[in-house]
Amino acid sequence: MVVIDCLGKNTREINQEIRAALDAGAAEIHLTNPQARHNLAVGLRRPCRMVIEGSVGNYCAGLATVADLEIRGNAGWGVAENLVSGRVVVHGNAGTAVGASLRGGTVVVAGDAGTRTGNLMKGGTIIVGGDLAASSAFMMQKGTLIVCGNAGYALGDSMYQGRIFLGGECPEYGSDVVEMPVADEELTEIHDLLLGYGIPAPRRLRKLVSGKRLWNFSTRERSLWRTAL
Amino acid sequence: MENRTVGDNQLFTSKVISEIHRKADTGLYNIRGYGMFRRVPNFDDLVIIPAALTRAPLEGYREKCDTTTVLGTRSQNPIVLDAPITIAGMSYGALSANAKAAIGKAASQAGISSCTGEGGMHPREREYSKTLVYQLLPTRYGFNLEDLLRADAVEVACGQGAKPGTGGLLLGMKVSEDIARIRDLPAGVDQRSPVRHPDWFGPDDLPVKLDELREATEWKVPIFLKVGACRVREDVKLAVKAGADVVVVDGMEGGTAASPEVMQEHTGLPTLAAVCEAAEALRELGMQDEVQLVVSGGIKSGADIVKALALGATCVSIGTAALVALGCNRAEYVEDYHALGTEPGHCYHCHTGMCPVGVATQTPDLEARLDVDQAAERLTNYLHALIYEVQMLARACGKGNVHHMDPTDLRSLTLEAERITGVPLVGTRGLTDRR
Repeated sequence: MVVIDCLGKNTREINQEIRAALDAGAAEIHLTNPQARHNLAVGLRRPCRMVIEGSVGNYCAGLATVADLEIRGNAGWGVAENLVSGRVVVHGNAGTAVGASLRGGTVVVAGDAGTRTGNLMKGGTIIVGGDLAASSAFMMQKGTLIVCGNAGYALGDSMYQGRIFLGGECPEYGSDVVEMPVADEELTEIHDLLLGYGIPAPRRLRKLVSGKRLWNFSTRERSLWRTAL
Repeated sequence: MENRTVGDNQLFTSKVISEIHRKADTGLYNIRGYGMFRRVPNFDDLVIIPAALTRAPLEGYREKCDTTTVLGTRSQNPIVLDAPITIAGMSYGALSANAKAAIGKAASQAGISSCTGEGGMHPREREYSKTLVYQLLPTRYGFNLEDLLRADAVEVACGQGAKPGTGGLLLGMKVSEDIARIRDLPAGVDQRSPVRHPDWFGPDDLPVKLDELREATEWKVPIFLKVGACRVREDVKLAVKAGADVVVVDGMEGGTAASPEVMQEHTGLPTLAAVCEAAEALRELGMQDEVQLVVSGGIKSGADIVKALALGATCVSIGTAALVALGCNRAEYVEDYHALGTEPGHCYHCHTGMCPVGVATQTPDLEARLDVDQAAERLTNYLHALIYEVQMLARACGKGNVHHMDPTDLRSLTLEAERITGVPLVGTRGLTDRR
């Protein structure tokens, strides 16, 4: 196991040490004293278990092709944005834009997540163990968003495709979001997924999907399109 | 008998009436391609004043005029171009794969760069392009680390001259199976892009985002930042403050494959004004030698390029003109132009996907009409003709380097141009002339 102490180092130096350890074939890397720096572990390309002992700033594990990262603290904005594969687990809370434009893999926030989480998701899974702030899953394209707690307004606004599972309440869904029955196999899938991350499954789940009325313009949907155009 | 027709009404012209009827019939604003149709103050309102006795012109054969252009001088690996021209970002989706390949090939043959545009990096474009700029747009369609690491520069797009303040648009007829696959969308949907990036929201966050891109690319490639020309002075300063190596300012004459007509005709600043504001902003920051300015929007000739450079740009970017050189609006397959209700030389139906010459389409049989090698040859010819014009004009002004052009090499033909550029009106000594 390689231990990188971030104390007294700038982001560039820390990321270079991470790359050097990955190039040397490290099986596990631990970062200590991250001090909420931005842009840690950005652009990961090699599979390797990584643990960050503390909170991180913005874009941690951003633009990664593959990641297996555990953040033992909170995360700032854009954690795991554009992740392609693997998993990123935040033990605490996360700021805005968790997994923005996520392409694949799994992002887990055990606590609460900020606004615009999962916007433009193109695949993968985002799990929020606590509450989720407003305007999340905007223009979601594919993938799965699981919110165990409550969600803020405009959840799933103008989503093209994908699935949102909501355990708590949402004051107002986004445009063209409709509820669908949750299939038994989906309940099993979500339950197993949450169990794997030690997150208690909500007592009930609602499934939200696109109503597909924003896929193509129609004069029959004037009031809907007034919110979209 | 009294004439009871609308007649010569200057407000409700036949065109206005027709547009009102169209809106009443469809319930939607007009969406079309190409760019604005109206006239705004532009580079044609300036003339270049070559050397005579006050300075010596250069000989065409013996005396060289260097056109080498370097973008991103403060980055580890700046882009070095043979000419002050880049091809603007135009997506695979808006354009056919053949068109993208031809652009890449022609840009390489001319020693300049091309840009992916929205919708990811098409493998053929990367294969053909010696120097390729990878665009990061709000949608992030097709964007990934592996392609980012194959790019020679990254351009963070924060706006477009044809429709500043709004997102991209690709109508359902162009969202083919392949485009849908790359963009992770259902085929056939009207794809409307968000205007704001999903993970940063303003100039305070932008430096952190740019640093993320730098960390991902190990600080090796320059970062461009593109804005539609609006509050240019302020936007350029904010872009520089955020850490951009190159600022791209796209004037309202900029092209588009599909945009609301009202945005194209009524929003943004003309390129002529944009270049002046942007250059002044860099000078005010004292960064004119460190951050390069690329301007785009309606650039069509060597004269436009030389004038833009004289006003402070390092480089221009061309889009529509490149498509025309590929074959857009050529008099071929005329019956298909007629089917669209138009004629060669007047077509602006890029938004329909029914491009008769295979440039702006995703329909296989139409795309097949664009031969990559022939189209690339035409564009290469056009680019070289531009470069010859640039060199000729610069030499005539006594400049051995095209980047030595300055405002004293110009005169304004109109009072508007003089007010906008500060370049003296012909026959006067400028704005202070009180003869």
